[in-house]
Amino acid sequence: MIPDNLKYNESHEWVRQEDDIATIGITDYAQSEIQDIVYVELPEVGTQLTHKTEFGVIESVKAAFDLYAPVSGEVIEVNETLLDAPEQVNESPYDDGWFLKIKMSDPSELDNLLDADSYQAHIEAEHA
Amino acid sequence: MKRTPLYEIHKSLNAKFTEFGGWEMPLQYTSIVKEHLAVRETVGLFDLSHMGEIDVQGQGANDLVQKLCTNDVSRLTDGQVQYTLLCNENGGIVDDLVIYKHADNDYTLVVNAANIEKDFEWIKTHNDTGAAVTDSSDDTALIALQGPRSMDVLMGFTPGQLVYEIKFFRFEVSRVAGIGAAISRTGYTGEIGFELYVEASDAEDLWDALYPAVIETGGQPVGLGARDTLRLEAGLRLYGMDMDENTTPYEAGLGRFVKLDTGDFIGKDVLLAQKEKGDLRKKLVGFHTLDRAVARCGYDVYQNGSPIGKVTSGAPSPSLKCNIGFASISSNTGKNIEIDIRGKLHPAEIVKVPFI
Repeated sequence: MIPDNLKYNESHEWVRQEDDIATIGITDYAQSEIQDIVYVELPEVGTQLTHKTEFGVIESVKAAFDLYAPVSGEVIEVNETLLDAPEQVNESPYDDGWFLKIKMSDPSELDNLLDADSYQAHIEAEHA
Repeated sequence: MKRTPLYEIHKSLNAKFTEFGGWEMPLQYTSIVKEHLAVRETVGLFDLSHMGEIDVQGQGANDLVQKLCTNDVSRLTDGQVQYTLLCNENGGIVDDLVIYKHADNDYTLVVNAANIEKDFEWIKTHNDTGAAVTDSSDDTALIALQGPRSMDVLMGFTPGQLVYEIKFFRFEVSRVAGIGAAISRTGYTGEIGFELYVEASDAEDLWDALYPAVIETGGQPVGLGARDTLRLEAGLRLYGMDMDENTTPYEAGLGRFVKLDTGDFIGKDVLLAQKEKGDLRKKLVGFHTLDRAVARCGYDVYQNGSPIGKVTSGAPSPSLKCNIGFASISSNTGKNIEIDIRGKLHPAEIVKVPFI
């Protein structure tokens, strides 16, 4: 289940582009590997994110996992419902489980991300 | 890494594996939360064959185990099990273990997987009694059934009413599914349950017999991930995290397993002095956090802005739906503490254990 209309980070975040706004979350593969998500720690609106640097943390029963920004820009919206319902990331990783909307400072960074086919190959290689 | 005789079975069940104490063990088969709740609600099937078994037998065995263990071995009757500690000369905990008394001068010590060689050497080094000390870990497999339906499952594989006759912390040598086994009513989950010791060569047959009955009863195999959350909710300490060689039984909150009125045992002088003076360097407390952030092992604990210790075990509790843990702290005034989670102090509260 890897949507064709999204772009992907090697660290398993996805990006949905609408003009210069990027919505980001983690992939179905990532949520199924992490499982049992109990807590999501996200930056506040107004925070500047930098491509490939940490911006938050996901906690499962077993461990904490860092989240990496797939693109740079300013956080303009945070999915507040995840604070009380972090399991939405498990249940709906590409829709209700989104994390942030970012106003991209350099949309050309999207060109360096993986498309669905490359991401599929990436997780197969990681799993091998 | 070492593997148990059930490794191929775990692989065929698509288990996710983890390294634990030098062993490649199943972490989870489906989800830690599902496996955890199966044990609380129905029954879970565990491979615990990584645990170590050390036999102490023959003339002098009674004296040797009493000399090594903080609990009173003389109180054991044949077929009884006792939780006890091995301490060093400073009163620090070498290992925590359960001791099985088969008969006079005939014991099996079941020790932590990561400590098998250390304990075996420790026992041999202090053996001045002539008792035979044998490491039978590689020849022994351990499969556990834990949960409220564990009796129903085991009933189908054991003679007569045996499963109802074995009392808590007692064992019987009998047969399970026709396989010679020591059936022990013990566990590490806080639920009713059994631990079944069999020859390593019988492990697959026993698992294959029990597995369909467990599934039919609504249970499932359970990995070390849920074993950890189950033991934590039950307030049971884990060696290497909640205690180590620099922690005395009193400092680990295990003073009730130290019997100072028995004969001499290694570390007794130090423990006696510590108890009389009451000068603990640290103490183990249970806590739950007051928000959703998870406090994990190694995180710093504060009270009123001052550091007072560290988290030794911490995890989200699948049964309680909050974050719980143990912390080793120097001192505290009142129950309110803070835990440093990624550079930010989160409120937490000292609470009584067990958590459930």
